[in-house]
Amino acid sequence: MSFLSLTEQDREQMLETIGVDSIDELFEQIPVGVRLGRALELEPALSEPELVAHLNELASRNIDTGREVSFLGAGIYDHYVPAVVDAVLARGEFLTAYTPYQPEMSQGVLQAIFEYQTAICELTGMDVSNASGYDGTTVAADACYLARQATGRSKVVLTEALNPQVRQVVKTYAPGFGLDVVEVPHRDGTTDPDELRAAAGEAACVIFQQPNFFGCLEPAPDLAAAANDAGALPVAHVDPVSLGVLEAPGVYGCALAIGEGQSAGNYQSYGGPHYGFLAARSEFIRRMPGRISGETVDSEGRRGFVLTLQTREQHIRREKATSNITTNQTLLALAGLVHLSWLGPQGLRELGETCLALSRYAKERLSEAGLELVFPEKATFKEFAVRVGRPAKDAISDARAAGIHPGYALGRDYAGLDDALLVAVTEKRTTAEIDSLVEVLAA
Amino acid sequence: MKLVYEKSRPGRRASSLPRPEVPAAEVPEELRRASPPRLPEISEPELVRHFTALADRTFGVDTGFYPLGSCTMKHNPRVNERVVNLPGFRDLHPLQEEDASQGALELMWRLQEILAEIVGLPAVSLQPAAGSQGELTGLLLMRAYFADRGEGDQRREIVIPDTAHGTNPASVTMAGYELVDVKTDPRGNVDVDDLRGKVGPQTAGLMLTNPSTLGLFDEGIEEITRIFHEAGALMYYDGANLNAICGISRPGDFGFDIVHFNLHKTFSQPHGGGGPGGGPIAVRERLEPYLPVPAVVREGEAFRLDYGRPKTIGKVRGFCGPFGVFVRSYAYIRSYGPALREMSEVAVLNANYLLARLKDTYEAPFDRLCMHEFVLSGRKLKREHGVTTLDVAKRLMDYGFHPPTIYFPLIVPEALMIEPTETEAKETLDAFADAMLAIAHEAAGQPELLKEAPHVRPVKRLDEVRAAKQPVVRYRFEQHEDPQGAGEPRQLEAQKGA
Repeated sequence: MSFLSLTEQDREQMLETIGVDSIDELFEQIPVGVRLGRALELEPALSEPELVAHLNELASRNIDTGREVSFLGAGIYDHYVPAVVDAVLARGEFLTAYTPYQPEMSQGVLQAIFEYQTAICELTGMDVSNASGYDGTTVAADACYLARQATGRSKVVLTEALNPQVRQVVKTYAPGFGLDVVEVPHRDGTTDPDELRAAAGEAACVIFQQPNFFGCLEPAPDLAAAANDAGALPVAHVDPVSLGVLEAPGVYGCALAIGEGQSAGNYQSYGGPHYGFLAARSEFIRRMPGRISGETVDSEGRRGFVLTLQTREQHIRREKATSNITTNQTLLALAGLVHLSWLGPQGLRELGETCLALSRYAKERLSEAGLELVFPEKATFKEFAVRVGRPAKDAISDARAAGIHPGYALGRDYAGLDDALLVAVTEKRTTAEIDSLVEVLAA
Repeated sequence: MKLVYEKSRPGRRASSLPRPEVPAAEVPEELRRASPPRLPEISEPELVRHFTALADRTFGVDTGFYPLGSCTMKHNPRVNERVVNLPGFRDLHPLQEEDASQGALELMWRLQEILAEIVGLPAVSLQPAAGSQGELTGLLLMRAYFADRGEGDQRREIVIPDTAHGTNPASVTMAGYELVDVKTDPRGNVDVDDLRGKVGPQTAGLMLTNPSTLGLFDEGIEEITRIFHEAGALMYYDGANLNAICGISRPGDFGFDIVHFNLHKTFSQPHGGGGPGGGPIAVRERLEPYLPVPAVVREGEAFRLDYGRPKTIGKVRGFCGPFGVFVRSYAYIRSYGPALREMSEVAVLNANYLLARLKDTYEAPFDRLCMHEFVLSGRKLKREHGVTTLDVAKRLMDYGFHPPTIYFPLIVPEALMIEPTETEAKETLDAFADAMLAIAHEAAGQPELLKEAPHVRPVKRLDEVRAAKQPVVRYRFEQHEDPQGAGEPRQLEAQKGA
């Protein structure tokens, strides 16, 4: 075992200092009746080379997006992660620090969080962001909790075109929060503002997604207005890489903006760890869940950063806290900050334009090949739904045999869409790859 | 140090992106972004230097000793970083078909089996993203279980000792339960007499950290178990301190029904400046039907995701949980094998050694051996020399150590909660003990050294009251007030200068 540092001689000296004869004696405070009394039944230890070989073997049985041309999205995307992200995250100081409870030891990570919060506020048009939530699903539950406390209302409205996993997580949390969850159906791929307005009466908040789960662009300003009309807080669930070309939720009247951060700086990693972001207008600052880094000065007047507004948090407020969150996703959020800094405003806009242009190309080529778009009238961003004229799972099998994963089978979540694929086109896809997709789907 | 936004210059950029030759597509006018987000405009060389400078101003376990109690700041093996970055893990889409993700499914299934063996409970869900989410998941399982038995309205209370982490009561509120506090007895155990009067047909369950945040194994655990079982209530084990008992004692064997793990503590997922973590839960058979979906199951030689749990509470996080955390924890446990017990043994040895070296100078509130961590009180220094635990913590920075957890648990005045972990060398423990003793000596002779500490960090003590009273939580560009100036916007100063 190479992770321990004590020699035999160290152990003997230490036991002597403690005043016991053996390590076993240290465990005598554990009642005999609750001791295990046998060795754990675990497989034998592996040396480092054996361990790497074993994990290589497991990894080799996964088909990653380097081995199959991937049009899979549905919430997690094959965007390019720049090399500087890997370089920064490999720094042991970031990797092996914990929550910056002692600010003088942690100015670097506190400043990074402050810069991340600024980036999220800039993307979303909000005044305050927390240091991250677990992922794009749990921040939606956080938003509902905040809205319930802020409005005193116990109903939340979700659009049916909101990511099904996000809806499922909100519904799981709902009984504990004392929330009733109401869903508003989509009409041809987007949400009808009048229907939303009717449902939003007496609601604490309304959560819609832009672009929505089908990839369609919602009439987001109208949806926000509909929620506001009903006195419900409008919450937009947004994709960070869309926000170079799509309007910021703060600009069109949302109270909160949330989302899955993976698109910005995180690998797909079979679903995690990633980060969720949660940003709000300033009036909600003292109701925010999670860590927040704030600017201040030291005793000599120099600028510095601390975890602030801690009286919201569980370690101070206990059962009256705004959330139970402690460990968050700082390292993944740092990756997001590095990626967004690498892109800059120009790069972010180009990235969005490239996704838009490539997905338009894919839609046109598929239509030319005789496939029918599910929502042909609706504008999209990087993802769209297409009918493949047979069960989507068969189309997936055939395409994968040709080395292409063509997308997500929408019938898994939506009735009547068993023949529909949700196709995601990131900046990593080429026109040649899209042509191959068209070829296998049209066959 | 400047913010990345203050280093921004119009026209600079680091990124290069593909520009395929396809016609542009437009966003409808009413949805199009009117003004760009003010992200940094910075070249790659400047970007790398900026984040390198931030790393230089951050202290991690890689930098030095980090005895932050209850956080288990152990060494993070680098082989784990190598394997988690294998493309077959790193670039795997979570909705990839099951036949094309067998390696990932097998890894999760194997980790479930291992975690079940470590705590002695048969069914595991890896889904919760962190310990506190594991807590909430466990409480939602209790709700579902009792609702199913028709006892949902009757059982409304969760019992928690006064030594508990703040997450426990916060989770209770989020799960819609009511909190009942129970006291600690003079030996640092749960006060069983107090407990007896508070447990009954109204009780849904107990949440207990054992060893507790005092670093003590509860000597009355068998009686506690009896009380809850007789009341028909469930027992939840907060695994924050599991690093003390792996291979030595199993919560499932001593009566607990639900356990959460902190993969970032016990099983070495790097803490990342605040996260990510992993908070899997293990449960007894009768709670298995309510676990989150999907379950990772084995069928013959194949593995698959099972959504067929009609009584499931649902999902608490996207997909199967933080997979990269699973890869690292699995690798870590496989490096140890059955010798995992030695990890806990040495963690307890290191803690007791430090306790032995420090208890005559600082007060130990309980005269007992400890488990993997211990709590000291600085109240003698405060009484005699007017220096606080905060001063001691800040002074430790000058000696090159990260301070312990301070002012927690709440029941110990001027608390210092010290967790050395098993990975530290004796020389490091000695150097830390020497520093603590030297600081106590300084407190008597030169208390101002402590009160003005730290002296060698990039900043001195920071004004936390100001930060909370006038929150500045984002950069405001030209409207940003200079905290070092008289509170006037930079733009005005620039105009004055011009």
